[in-house]
Amino acid sequence: MNTATIKTKINVAKSIPTEQAVKESVYSTRQLNLWYGNNHALKNIDLEIEENEVTAIIGPSGCGKSTYLKTLNRMVELVPSVKTSGEIHYRGRNIFDANYGVEELRTRVGMVFQKPNPFPKSIYDNIAYGPRIHGIKNRKILDEIVEKSLRGAAIWDEVKDRLNENAYGISGGQQQRICIARTLAIEPDVILMDEPTSALDPISTLKIEELVQELKEQYSIIIVTHNMQQAARISDKTAFFLNGEVIEYDRTDTIFSNPADKRTEDYISGRFG
Amino acid sequence: MRYIEQEKVVRRMNGRMIVNRIFQGLFMFATALALLALVILLYRIVSQGAGHLSLDFLINFASRFPAEAGIKAALVGSIWLMAVVAPTSMILGVGSAVYLEEYAKKGRITSFIQMNIANLAGVPSVVFGLLGLTIFVRTLALGNSVLAAGFTMSLLILPVIIVAAQEAIRSVPGELRDASYAMGATRWQTIVRIILPAAIAGILTGSILALSRAIGETAPLIVIGIPVIIQFLPAGVMDTFTALPMQIYDWSSRPQAEFQTVAAAGIIVLMVVLLFMNSVAVFIRNKFDKSY
Repeated sequence: MNTATIKTKINVAKSIPTEQAVKESVYSTRQLNLWYGNNHALKNIDLEIEENEVTAIIGPSGCGKSTYLKTLNRMVELVPSVKTSGEIHYRGRNIFDANYGVEELRTRVGMVFQKPNPFPKSIYDNIAYGPRIHGIKNRKILDEIVEKSLRGAAIWDEVKDRLNENAYGISGGQQQRICIARTLAIEPDVILMDEPTSALDPISTLKIEELVQELKEQYSIIIVTHNMQQAARISDKTAFFLNGEVIEYDRTDTIFSNPADKRTEDYISGRFG
Repeated sequence: MRYIEQEKVVRRMNGRMIVNRIFQGLFMFATALALLALVILLYRIVSQGAGHLSLDFLINFASRFPAEAGIKAALVGSIWLMAVVAPTSMILGVGSAVYLEEYAKKGRITSFIQMNIANLAGVPSVVFGLLGLTIFVRTLALGNSVLAAGFTMSLLILPVIIVAAQEAIRSVPGELRDASYAMGATRWQTIVRIILPAAIAGILTGSILALSRAIGETAPLIVIGIPVIIQFLPAGVMDTFTALPMQIYDWSSRPQAEFQTVAAAGIIVLMVVLLFMNSVAVFIRNKFDKSY
């Protein structure tokens, strides 16, 4: 046994425990099934999502990726006639527990939507909305939250002089970053993003992608995307959904370079979807 | 193989243009006719009643001498009536609309209620007068008071307010609700902070238009026995009163020709009140209206 192998062994031995210590699981999904009426939209989903990573969910239209994302903060239940079975543990607690309020869950798990959806209020009031509904009234604290959130979403410099203007007056890309800032203002642990760039131009898309890279230092991000290049560029792990099932879930580089399943390979090479 | 032959298209073009013109003319004629009727009406009223309009007319009580007849009791009575109708009908109407749109599960019962509200909006006002007579005047023993009349009028315009408020609430984009709920807002917080502010323009416009209908209604007041001639002002909601349309109705049914002039002057006052209310509605719509 030469020194090189010993070194490798030591490195491996070192890297595994540190990685386990840092990367804790935020969400673990166990045998999740979901029906819209009679339509079985999610089938036996098992998925572990780790903290401070970007997890991408890809798959063709109607595969259940958005549905899964909305199940993670129980927004899916706003649709009438939704039924679920199975468990989703967020930080060790089953989110379907009767005594786990959706409001409490959603203060820990923020969401950014496909279409920028700022409120018809000033930029300031948009960002301050979350803190206000959770009881913060002190103007000074609100000011600080607004600035911190806007800086966090890399849009402070663009809007700092127009905080009192209506958020509808800025561009779509800026609106989407306002929406991200609004989510940061509730100081979430996880950010769910539902195709956040699909309504944006390439430059705005790039900005949001860079932002996601910065945000993962502090937040765990789960992003649904139609754009496979985007998934490859920004995510650490990728889950491939097809017809309501998870076909493959692995490190993003593995999924894109060496997928285990034939269907994954077909999808990412553009043979269907 | 082409399906559209250019020759045929050209040949038929003239005929199509003529039909086009005919309908344009027809619709213009319809509009002009309606406008003309309105202009004649306005002209007659103003030319007849303007002479009788004066400060005295506004501050005098009714009199059996046409020259001394004033509209004070009716004007103040109508304001009292509105003071009861506006809060009652708006609180109940907006409340029902919020319940139906934001809380009620969409199902058979909800659509049954919905259908009945739409039907109620079409029920003649006399029927509401009978309802008011039975419930408020007799059963609740409110007599022919401002309160009884106000509640009756509120019932009359309630369906209109509910439908208008529902439409305003429905036009608030779902994405705004999603954004609010996704941040952990409760339903009540979402309604108060997002939905109602976004819908307020539509709600107020609809409500004010409904109120202007209430201020012009006579039939329910006659049925519940509101007097015509009163020589005092109501001091509270339990007092009796008279209202503008009642007073106008009385004057116009008197035999002396001079009273027609007095009635016309009364109509002008009523129209000014209506115009004022409508312009408040327009002002509110312009001020609060937000485009999405």
